[in-house]
Parts: sequence; C-alpha cells; structure tokens
Amino acid sequence: MTDFSRLRVAAIRDGVASGEFKAVEVAEALNTRVAAAKALNAFVVETPEMAVAAAQAVDADRAAGKPLGKMAGVPIGMKDLFCTEGVQTTAASHMLEGFVPTYESTVSANLWKAGAGMLGKLNLDQFAMGSSNETSYFGNVISPWRRNDGGNAALAPGGSSGGSSSAIAARLCPAATGTDTGGSIRQPAAFVGISGIKPTYGRCSRWGVVAFASSLDQAGPMARDVRDCAIMLEAMAGFDPKDSTSLDLPVPAWEAGLNSDLKGKRIGIPREYRLDGIDEDITKMWDNGIAWLKDAGAEIVDISLPHTKYALPAYYIIAPAEASSNLARYDGVRFGLRDLPEGAGLQDMYAATRAAGFGEEVRRRIMIGTYVLSAGFYDAYYTQAQKVRALIARDFDNAWASCDLILAPTAPSAAFGLGEKNADPLSMYLNDVFAVPASLAGLPAMSVPGGLDKQGLPLGLQIIGKALDEQAVLNAGLAIEQRSGFTAEAGEWW
Amino acid sequence: MSEYRIQGNTGEWEVVIGLEVHAQITSESKLFSGSSTGFGAEPNSHVSLVDAAMPGMLPVPNRECLRQAVRTGMAINAQINRWSRFDRKNYFYADLPQGYQISQLYHPIVGEGEIEVTLNEKDPDSPTKKIGIERIHVEQDAGKLMHDQHPTMSFVDLNRSGVALMEIVSRPDISSPQEAGAYLKKLRSILRYVGSCDGNMEQGSMRADVNVSVRKPGGELGTRTETKNVNSIRFMMQAIEYEAQRQVDLIEGGGAVVQETRLFDPNKMETRSMRSKEDAHDYRYFPDPDLLPVELDDAFLEECLASLPELPDAKRARYEALGLTAYNAAVLTAEAETAFWFEDLLAEGVDAKQASNWLMSELFGALNKLGKVLDESPVNPKQAAELLGLVANGTISGSIAKQVFEIMLETGQGASAIVEEKGLKQTNDTGAIEAEIAKIMAANEDKVTEYRSGKDKLFGFFVGQTMKAMQGKANPQIINDLLKKALG
Repeated sequence: MTDFSRLRVAAIRDGVASGEFKAVEVAEALNTRVAAAKALNAFVVETPEMAVAAAQAVDADRAAGKPLGKMAGVPIGMKDLFCTEGVQTTAASHMLEGFVPTYESTVSANLWKAGAGMLGKLNLDQFAMGSSNETSYFGNVISPWRRNDGGNAALAPGGSSGGSSSAIAARLCPAATGTDTGGSIRQPAAFVGISGIKPTYGRCSRWGVVAFASSLDQAGPMARDVRDCAIMLEAMAGFDPKDSTSLDLPVPAWEAGLNSDLKGKRIGIPREYRLDGIDEDITKMWDNGIAWLKDAGAEIVDISLPHTKYALPAYYIIAPAEASSNLARYDGVRFGLRDLPEGAGLQDMYAATRAAGFGEEVRRRIMIGTYVLSAGFYDAYYTQAQKVRALIARDFDNAWASCDLILAPTAPSAAFGLGEKNADPLSMYLNDVFAVPASLAGLPAMSVPGGLDKQGLPLGLQIIGKALDEQAVLNAGLAIEQRSGFTAEAGEWW
Repeated sequence: MSEYRIQGNTGEWEVVIGLEVHAQITSESKLFSGSSTGFGAEPNSHVSLVDAAMPGMLPVPNRECLRQAVRTGMAINAQINRWSRFDRKNYFYADLPQGYQISQLYHPIVGEGEIEVTLNEKDPDSPTKKIGIERIHVEQDAGKLMHDQHPTMSFVDLNRSGVALMEIVSRPDISSPQEAGAYLKKLRSILRYVGSCDGNMEQGSMRADVNVSVRKPGGELGTRTETKNVNSIRFMMQAIEYEAQRQVDLIEGGGAVVQETRLFDPNKMETRSMRSKEDAHDYRYFPDPDLLPVELDDAFLEECLASLPELPDAKRARYEALGLTAYNAAVLTAEAETAFWFEDLLAEGVDAKQASNWLMSELFGALNKLGKVLDESPVNPKQAAELLGLVANGTISGSIAKQVFEIMLETGQGASAIVEEKGLKQTNDTGAIEAEIAKIMAANEDKVTEYRSGKDKLFGFFVGQTMKAMQGKANPQIINDLLKKALG
C-alpha cells in the first residue's frame, strides 16, 4: 500500500490524474497523520472534512472526465494568516481568537480552484512577527528535527511560517502556504530542510491575508522540492484587481520551464554576506553550493552589495512602522477581542483590548513603529530607512550588471532551541540578516536544502533573482537539489 | 476689497481667515470600495468589508473620485499634479474602522489655484478679489457615532465611512466674514457647475474648518484657532465674527490666543474650545503602503478638461454679450440650475432678453410666492418657451401672458390651450378698436381737449381705457397707432 505521506505534490497530482489512487485516499491518510502529530502543535485548527470534501470533488470531476486543476487532489496546510471563509482565522493571536471570516483570501481561493484541499490552519508567529514561532498565542510549534547529540531539546521550526515548515518536514502535508515579510518563508524552510520561495512582490495577491507590513508581505509556497514549489506558486499567483499592488502580468508556466542547465548564467557571490565569526558549517555549505552551480554550467562572479549592513536596521523600522498602522484596526469595536472593563470609556477599551489581545512581540513592534513615525522622529527614522531601502534596491540593480542570480546562505545558523533566543530580541532579529535585503527590494528569493551541520540539522541555501525572474531562481534551486543529495529526514518521535 | 476692521480699545484689528472646505465628491461608490454613497439609508447598510476594515482587506482607488478632483482643480485653474500619493493619517476613534484615514498630506492631487470672488455677486460694480487655493486633496470620510440609541453605549454607523471627500484648502487671503461668505458661495457654485459635489450643506456634503487670527493692520500674523465642521455659510460668517472679536478681547485683556481646535455652537452663536495643541493628535502620517502612487496620463487629463462645462465667470461674460444687463447675467449664473434653465429657454428659441426678464421677474416671483426652488417649478422651460413664443409672435399681450402663466401654475395646462379655451387671443381688428376709441373720446371730451392742448401724459389714460374696453385682448401697438391718429 502506498505511503501517501511520502508522496510529493507532483506525484499526488499525477497519481490522482492517472487513476492510480483516489484523492480521497490521500486526504484521509494525511488527515490521520495530522491528527496524530499534536505534539508538534503545527495546526491551530484541523479541517479534515474540508480536505475530504475537496478530494471528493476532484475524484468526481475525474470520473466525469472534466479537466483537473494544477493542484487537483493535493491536500495542503494553510498558514493561519490567510482568511478562510467559515474557518477560524487567528493570525495566531488572542485578538482574533474565534474570528471566522465571511470571505476567502484570493491566494487560498486560487488554490481551492486549482483542486487543492485544506487539512487545516497552520500555526505561526503572532501576526507573522517572529523568527522561531515562539510568539504564537496558541503555543510554540515544535520542529520535528532533533540534534544528533542524543538530547531531545525542542527546536524552533523557524518563523513566522513555522507551522508550515514543521508540518511539511513531518510529512503531515506535502506542501503549505507561507508568507514572507523579512524571511518568513525562507528561514523556516532552511531550518527544517525543505524548499520555499518568496516570489516577486506583487505576484501573489495580499487580499484576504492578515497584514503585517504591506510593502513587504508576500505569499509563497513551501514544499519538499523545487518542482512542487513551482507547481504551487503557479496556482497561487496571478493578478488581482482587489489588491492595488498586485502585478497585472500573466502567470508563467514555471513547472514546464524548469531546467537545471545553468550554462550562460552568472551567479553572484556577495562579499558582504561573509560575516565575521559565522559558523563554519554555513561557510562550507555555501562553498558547496557554489561548486554545485558551477557544475551545472554557471559562471561564478564576486559581487558587492555595499549597503547590506543597513538592511536589517532599515527593515526593523519600515516593517514595524507599517505594522503599527495596519494593526490599528484591532480595536475591539467591530470584531475580534473586546475587553471592556467595568465603567470603561472608549480609550480604556482600546487600551485593555490591545493589551490583552496582542502578545509581547507584537506590542514591541507596535511601539517601535509608533515611535519611528511620530512627530520629530519621522525623518530621522522612517524617511532615512526608506532612503536605505532605495539604496539596497540599487545595490541589486547594480549587481545585475554582472550577474543573473545571487547565491547566499538563507540564515546565519541552523535551527536553535526553543527559548534560546527569545530573551534577546536583537539576536532573534539577526537571524533575518540574509533574508531581509531581498524583501526590501521586492525580489524573488528561494531557500533550498544545502546540507546538514555538525549537529545533524538542515541548512538552507538562498537564491535571489531579478524581479519577475522566478524561473531562473527555481532553475538554480533545481540544479542544487539535483547535486546536493539532500535526503535527510527528521526521525518520527512524536 | 472691503476694509473689515474690529475696533478694539487699543485701535483697529485686522482679521486673517483661511478656509479648509470638505466637499463630498459626487460618485456612485466610495473612494476605496464599491459600497454605495447614497444618503439617508438604514445605518450600516452601505458598508463593505473594506469600509469595516476587516482583516486582510485592501483599498482600491475609485477612478471617478480622482477624476472629479482633477476636474475641480481645472475649474479653479489649479496646477494638476500628474504624480500624487495617498498617506495614512493615524488616530484611534470608534468611527474610524481602519485606525487611520487615507488622505494626501505630502503629495496632493491638485496644487495651487485661485478663485475670484466679488463681495456682492449681484452688483457688477462690486470690487473683486482673488483668493488663493493652496491645494485640493482627496481623502476618506469617517463614520458617524450615535449617542442616543442606548443608555450606556454609543452606536456606530459606517455608511459614510470611506466616502470620498475633497479638502479644498485656501490661502489665508480672506479678510472679512463677508469675503469668507462670498468665497464659500463661489466655491459652492463652481463645484455644482463642475458636478463634483452637490454642495448640500444641510446634508453635510460640504463643511468648512475655519482658521481665524487677528493682527494689527499690516502687522505680524497672530496665533490662529481652527473652528471645525461649520455647516452653513451663515454660521461660518457668525463664527468668524465671534471668534475674531473673542481674540481681540483676549489679547487686549492681556491674554494670548492659544492654538487650538474649536467648535461653533449655532444656538449660542459662540465658539468653544474642543482641544488644545497639547492634546493634539500626532497623526504619524506616512505613505499608504497598500496603494501605488496615482499617475495621471495625457488621455485622462484631456478627458477631464474636455468634460468641463462652461464655468460661471465665462457664462456671465457670454450672457452680457447676448445683451443682458450685468445684474441679470450675474443673477442667472450664480447657480448652475438657473443658468441651465435660462439656456433651455434659449434652446427653445426664446430671445435672450425676453427670457432673462421673464425668468427674473415672473418665474422667480411666482416661485417665491409658492415657496419653491427652481428645481420644483411647476412649469418647465419647454412650457415657458411656449408661453413666451405667444407673446413674441403677437398672439397675446404681455399682460395676458401674466394671466395665462398663473393658470399654467395652477392647472399645469399648456399656454396655447389656455389662450384658446379662454379666448384670450389678441385682436388686430382695427374696426372694433376704432369703434371703442370713438366711444371713449365721446365720453371724455374734456380730456381730449386737455390732451390736444398739450397734456401729453393723458395718452396713457386713453390707452388704458381702450385696452380695458377691449378686455385686454387688443394689440397694444395697434391701439397706440389708432389713438395717435384719432387724437391728432
């Protein structure tokens, strides 16, 4: 009997289409795995009946000879930042606990239209703010990975899409949606040894996605290989007139365009990403990546992205500034939590509701954002950060004169243990150092597994491409995937 | 223009006024959502997910609202900014679902322009003054709180939430309540001509924030106060008068004007402090990251320009060229509706002078008596043209026309039908008229003698008597001719 948990997106789609097995069989098998993996805390809400219903619809379509969608019969996990009609959507916050939207986000609607089914809503860092999934109101997500030191320290699955990364790595689902504001797809993918791509800003509609930082937020797929990411991104992307920043461009056939022959491609290696004191395992993996891409026919060139060191500070001004405004709507007036102390007036209600509804990290970022936008500080912080952002984008533009893609590590370390970094927000923020520049520039960027460190934990290689050139990014990812021989899996301890 | 001075104990004071007018843009749907903008609907019946700021909702600009702002800018000869941007103005209030108002602080869609006002629109000799417009920007309206629905709670109606407003900001070029009134009237007239705002102040489609300060003539600018949301021209003029006097009294009494936001209470005819500068919000404006900059292309701008109607100043000049008096031209162009009524008469072939005289004396008089406005006139331009045509072609006299018009107002019947039915047609029967003249002369021999001995004024007496004898139906020109011949 087929172990459906081992099948990837393409295999499920093809097996359902050929009649090798029924979509319902896959959905039921994965529902069982999800239900048995509570220890990972990857899901906020499980929706087995929806996974089955979607699968039944696909099976019925196939029986009727109707054409099947790009994701037909593939059960997936949905990050609980996407609003789903009739299913609680919380952004992992107390503020939105119990909030059931009457509408469906464009990206999730696109996936259902393509024949995917929903296994459940995946846990995340609260309002997507965090790099370890420790800020969720519904508890930490646990990575299925363990260090090879014989201990059983619980590790972070990365964040903010930590429920997504954990669920895929534990083979609860073949793929899941993520969102990436400053690395929230790539860093968790790297931490658990899977692939994930943040497309060019504007490829995926933000309509119906709970906003963190509007100018940076971008949805993307997370899966176990590059082909699956290509398939799922095709299903997710597309122009949406309901999102003014959505790109009015056709969706390329990324899967059909996959080609790991990189002859004629120049790969830039940014010297500013070689940080002092960085883990030698990271450096070694990076060097391996360079060798693999060279082997695939690419030319390697040294490049400079001179403003890299300002990217993280700029990001931690711009993202909180936008967040402080985006999260103002959670005020206890119309939906979500309302904390109305006895005899309270409007201002008291705001204060009580927002103090109770937001976690510490969310409150911290609202405070930072409010501060940097306030009179007298705006120019020194926000305006300055926007100038830096423009310089970061120009760095990339200049780099494209001498290269077509950029290769770098995804994160400066492997997964850390839960509780190891959350006492110090700055060291947590530093984990985004390699991911943030591409976010600020709105460029497509992907993480693929690059190997294991000494502790037996996965490391990720990041490929950054030119705007709209997801194809080249995916192709380079495929070339690495074919050469890295990465087959490691987390042991099933839960 | 006018020298408006407040007489204080320490001498004369001059008033400096700037107006920020919020005008609701005429559009079917809201600025960033598809909800209806209809007035007077059940609370919360025109609210979309975007208007209620549900999680994940995004604004999409309504092109028609931007078009109306651009057309308005063009109508005041303002600079149109091809590149503009929306900013967020952040503050918490229960009528503001997003927690911010989408507005334009840094890059408004319309830049500098000007409006020429005359203190008395109806007096052609009244001096004119140009009031500078600093900018027009587009922004969202807020919802409405209702405090009378529940003993301990306030309710929120979001029907207005997200409705498009233009904020039209004047320079502090206004120096008297009268000028402020003239400016607001002129602005309202232009908006109505352009069709970008219905100008209805009672329904809140237009309201003004009034900035007032006082200074010694020609001196340094004083500290200003801002009186918010004044919703009639009369109230605005009263608020300025009160506020300027209050500031003079305050300064002369040794105090100082505090920069603050005030409210006008029309019942007590006074302004009251609402919040001081210390309590002022820090709005934390920043560019709205959900929206792209607004870029206007040539085709869009050309369409906006081509769609502009003839504006009041141009219309007035054209009417004067048609032979109307300056006074009549000014009155007919002050409101778009009047001008359009007048032009409908011309389109029906009525002579311009005849049309303007009739409109201003007969129609306005009748409507005044009925307590109706032009829009509610029981007689439409086509019907009026029929009546005036009968006068022009000599079928009825002017005095008979008045009678016919009264019947039209009462019954709604057509002019020709009334003339026919009541036998009011004017007669040109010279024999009949001559017979009546003979009788009148015979009965008033003394007056005939007086007339012939030089008392020319008696001619009118004979005309009147003849017309009376003819029951008003004789052609007055023929009476004149025949009388002159008979009286010698």
